[in-house]
Amino acid sequence: MTTLQQIIAITVMNLKGLRQRFWQSSAAIFSIALVITVMVGFLSMADGFEKTVAGTGSDKVAIIIREGSLSELTSGLSLEQAKLLSTAPGVAKLNGEPLASFELFVIVDLLKKSTGLSVNAPMRGIDRTSLSLRENVKIIEGRMFEPGRNEIVVGNNAREQFAGLDLGDTISFGNTEWRVVGVFDAGGSVFESELWADAKVVQTFYNRGTSYQSVRMKLAGPDSLQEIKAFAENDPRLNVDIKTEADYYAEQSKPLTTLIRWIGYPLAFVMALGALAGALNTMYTSVLARMGEITTLRALGFGAFPSFIGILTESIIIAVFGSAIGLGLAFVLFDGMLVSTLNGASFTQAVFEFSISAQLVKHALALAIVVGFVGGFFPALRAARMPIAEAFRITQT
Amino acid sequence: MTKEPLIKLEGVSKHYVKNKMSIDIFDELDLVIRENEFVAVMGPSGSGKTTLLNLIGGIDRPTSGAITFGGERIDTFSESQLSKWRAANIGFIFQFYNLMPMLTAAQNVELPLLLTKLSKSKRAEHVKTALSIVELEDRAKFYPREMSGGQQQRVAIARAFISDPKVLLCDEPTGDLDRKTAEEILKILQLMVRDFGKTVIIVTHDPEAAKFASRKLYLDKGKFFERRAA
Repeated sequence: MTTLQQIIAITVMNLKGLRQRFWQSSAAIFSIALVITVMVGFLSMADGFEKTVAGTGSDKVAIIIREGSLSELTSGLSLEQAKLLSTAPGVAKLNGEPLASFELFVIVDLLKKSTGLSVNAPMRGIDRTSLSLRENVKIIEGRMFEPGRNEIVVGNNAREQFAGLDLGDTISFGNTEWRVVGVFDAGGSVFESELWADAKVVQTFYNRGTSYQSVRMKLAGPDSLQEIKAFAENDPRLNVDIKTEADYYAEQSKPLTTLIRWIGYPLAFVMALGALAGALNTMYTSVLARMGEITTLRALGFGAFPSFIGILTESIIIAVFGSAIGLGLAFVLFDGMLVSTLNGASFTQAVFEFSISAQLVKHALALAIVVGFVGGFFPALRAARMPIAEAFRITQT
Repeated sequence: MTKEPLIKLEGVSKHYVKNKMSIDIFDELDLVIRENEFVAVMGPSGSGKTTLLNLIGGIDRPTSGAITFGGERIDTFSESQLSKWRAANIGFIFQFYNLMPMLTAAQNVELPLLLTKLSKSKRAEHVKTALSIVELEDRAKFYPREMSGGQQQRVAIARAFISDPKVLLCDEPTGDLDRKTAEEILKILQLMVRDFGKTVIIVTHDPEAAKFASRKLYLDKGKFFERRAA
């Protein structure tokens, strides 16, 4: 019989024996499951936020803000600048008109449903071109606002998170009242956390004169971004930053996701140490309890190496099983959970879903395998290296 | 006609070091066991009976001296060589049976065959035969916890001889059994010697058990005293 066959035989035997060591094995499985649930739950927040914010932008749309501005919120562009930018080469056209949207971005106070506390919500003033730059947006209830009226359409996620945004509601901010006339879906992107109204109406009620905060443009081709940049650089009236929408939102998501990961991974590491202690204890106790069985197999002619690998494999399987339970729990408890948090870049609430990515699942499994390996290695080594006669003396006294 | 020596111990010493003190189990021990013998080793606790069995079975090594099996030195084997040698030549029977609790009787008996190249169907045939020899065919699918001590020991015997080893080493095989069951076990061991040509060595405290052997060795203070059955 080959070494591999011996390993398989011993591993199968070990796994069959798990039922008899149910409580002992359960303790190890439970501790690993707990670590994985907490780790995955915590980090799915970062994944979800990143997916929502970073997944918002298109790489076929350029966003232009004032030079040095960190976000649309702190940007400011005059109507003249906006119009000048829309004449840049590289801007896609429809019926001879440039596909450029002049937008405003303001903060409004809303009540968060879950806490009842007042929070900053994002409101965007858009024009008639804006929707053609956001192909994934569609009205799912009601209708689009009518230009020139105090009407808003709200993102589906915004409606879920904030009070007073149901279809037909009237809500006050910006020294006036607004009527909710529609709800839109934006594929879970950050736009879905926003309230949209006619840009000119927003300018009026927020005393913005004719200024805007950002210009979005559909790029005509792969070199268009460079063309627009060159155009802006050659005109002293245009002190602007230009990037693709995809890059803009990727940068926006970075501070918070980095912070969550800086907390999440060390937290997972510390908890993993606890699980490791549990796994080691379980495996040592389990190996000691089975020392008679292991020694008998070795006396019958099974090799020390297959015994070692068999125990190690058992430990890793326990850990992977624990991680599968942990992942399952995390999926049930966290995946798809809708929450909102302050987006540090825009100082407004971004609504997002916790999301368990494939990469997070891989990290969880890798952590479990490491815990299982280290937890099983030393007990397995002890069992395999102990002289048979000595092991029999220990087990039969 | 005198049979060839199967096991030979020449000048075998065994010392343990415990808490920096050397404990002598035996010193310069000589022993010859021939094929097809049924040997009982008796002696007081601590006299080294189990150590002797472990040395013969290749699960312990002498401090000095030579152990030969079929003319081949086994005390110089590596761990890996010893594992293979044990699988081919030795069957162990323990006082507390040492069956795998998660396996059925048949699966326990099959264990040594997993180390051979026999196919699954051949292994099943061998298991069936071995269980019938120890009269436990009807308990093939029983787990150890579902069997009496005597039945478990019979499973252990079947496991010991299924791979057709030359020698069966039995450490207090009846120590955990009542008199009647002990006799059944000892008769099976006699059967192994008589009908299957095995060499059986048992370590026992029980003079009644030793009566089943053809040769009795008393180990005391590191020396053998021998008495052959009439």
